[in-house]
Amino acid sequence: MWEYTDKVKELYTNPINVGKIDDADGVGHVGSVVCGDALTLYIKVDNGIIADAKFETFGCGSAIASSSALTEMIKGKTIEEAEKITNKDIVEFLGGLPDQKIHCSVMGSEALTNAIADYRGEKPPVEDEPHGEIICHCMNITDDEIRKAVHEKGVMNIDDMMELTGAGTVCGTCIPKIEDIIEEEKGRCATKSCSCSDEPMTNLQKMKKVEEVINNVIRPGLKRDGGDIELVDINGDEVMVRLRGACSSCMTAQMTLDNFVLEELRNNVSKSITIKRV
Amino acid sequence: MERQVYLDNNATTMVAPEVLEAMLPFYKEMYGNASSMHYFGGRVAKNMENARNQIARLLGAEHDFEITLTGTATESDNLAIRGITSYYKDKKHVITSATEHPAVLNVCAQLEKEGYRVTYVPVKSDGVVDIDFLKNAVDDETALVSIMHANNETGVINPVEEIGAFLKERGIPFHIDGVQAAGKIPVDVSKLNCDLYSISAHKFHGPKGVGALYVRKGTRMRPLIFGGHQEKGRRPGTENVPGVVGMGKAAEMAMEHLKDMPKVAALRDKLQNGILTNIKTSTLNGSPDKRTPNTLNVSFEFIEGESILLYLDRKGIFVSTGSACSSGSLEPSHVLRAMNLPFSKIHGSVRFSLSRYTTEDEIDYTLRELPDVIDTLLRISPFWDNEKKVGKIPQ
Repeated sequence: MWEYTDKVKELYTNPINVGKIDDADGVGHVGSVVCGDALTLYIKVDNGIIADAKFETFGCGSAIASSSALTEMIKGKTIEEAEKITNKDIVEFLGGLPDQKIHCSVMGSEALTNAIADYRGEKPPVEDEPHGEIICHCMNITDDEIRKAVHEKGVMNIDDMMELTGAGTVCGTCIPKIEDIIEEEKGRCATKSCSCSDEPMTNLQKMKKVEEVINNVIRPGLKRDGGDIELVDINGDEVMVRLRGACSSCMTAQMTLDNFVLEELRNNVSKSITIKRV
Repeated sequence: MERQVYLDNNATTMVAPEVLEAMLPFYKEMYGNASSMHYFGGRVAKNMENARNQIARLLGAEHDFEITLTGTATESDNLAIRGITSYYKDKKHVITSATEHPAVLNVCAQLEKEGYRVTYVPVKSDGVVDIDFLKNAVDDETALVSIMHANNETGVINPVEEIGAFLKERGIPFHIDGVQAAGKIPVDVSKLNCDLYSISAHKFHGPKGVGALYVRKGTRMRPLIFGGHQEKGRRPGTENVPGVVGMGKAAEMAMEHLKDMPKVAALRDKLQNGILTNIKTSTLNGSPDKRTPNTLNVSFEFIEGESILLYLDRKGIFVSTGSACSSGSLEPSHVLRAMNLPFSKIHGSVRFSLSRYTTEDEIDYTLRELPDVIDTLLRISPFWDNEKKVGKIPQ
């Protein structure tokens, strides 16, 4: 059972401002039946001031309370003032929400953003239905958003991910899951060419990456044919390797190096890699 | 709070007054250790063994030693699945169903991480396990099949007897999670042909913190924890004597009260018919006939389950829901999803579970209060047109 504050209980038991505004100046909709919560916010604007606000919510107690609180908070405010309201303000108004219910307040602020955009004749900035599986339930962040952050922003560790997306910053339960996703995506970078592998790297990063690709991709490939490879040294973009096992005496050793080893390293680490056999 | 109507008996049940009475001496003067050699411990052991016999009889076990006492049914499930798979080391395949309790599903998920192949047998739209699928999934690598007797959310009963007969012929160990069946429907492990059967005391008016695992004589398995000789080393650790004695008494009473179950079913049916007749947006989930007598799972479309639960809570009616919002994991019910229910119905699902202590008056009160709750929430819902009295889910 969730611990709700008296304010939350009061607002879900007797919610105020329930309903539609038929001639609303702005309507914002977020969520869906699939997610299990949805909110439609209606605003009536008079001389730049929100004269009236109403809502309809499909959702749990805290979703109803957050929506109702939001309508109370924005009434009488100018659009510019209302725009500054964040989910934290809604939580504060309610005297707190359980960690796993913070997303209900996020839904409120997103509906407000969309309603204001609608009033201004803009496209709703927040998608109705986030794609992917929700990983951070507190901040309502999906695996898609986390994966995107890895590939498009080059986020490679949990701290940067938390700072950039806000995921994992409330209760922290999802942190191991986020770390798993980051690792998974990093692994994906190592197997196909990806924009994140073209990011400028420090020498240390490059060395680590070369080692990773040799150990995870190249060696298993060679071992299948009874061969092996040893990383001897790295000097700038020049990777020095020694072929072992069946490969060392193989007639096609140079071909293996050129076609397989070099290609993998160029695809996964950097296009400027060269190989020297020692 | 004035009135309290407890309709969440699949979550846990009231400890029967007779059960509590039976337990008390073991918190007071009978505090001996059942393993001690002296009289003081010996008489405690005697009472514990009596309880073991009572539990064995509830399940139709041939021998008392086939009952291993545990801390919870979750532990029983773990012991069964991990105990068998760690004995049959070269067999790396396990079969279970999509609608199992997390105590089984998450053990299987862990096995997958450790390199096992796990087949999750789907269920039909009525919630019953697809037995043909199960039969086809069995192969030479199968170490164990684990299927629940009755489902906790819907009460749907699986054809475990038929599955047991099929597996016995092939010599594949069969575990049944019987937590929601024991005490509600007759259980006879000899007819079910299972090798292992998990139960929990607090689901049939016994205390919390005590469970049992039936292990058929001759079943080969390894323990999960190591220590003394208690439970013949299968589950070492000083026994929870008051709990075990309480479980025994509760098992004995559950046997006696099986004859009252048609009365419980009649009350459940009254609740069901009242809801389905008076609330137009409601639908029944799960098989209406292959179902435990105490369980009713209904969906109220266009509104969300946790808000229904909270509104009923304020009227002193206690139920549970399959909606995402109310679960700790914030995931909607995997059971209803496996039955291919649309999300609009899953999020609005409510489980009412009765017990032999539920009265007709309580059911009448619930039927009186419920329509108003549903109506209030429909008025708030963006998916409900209050003038036309119709709902619409945007696609």
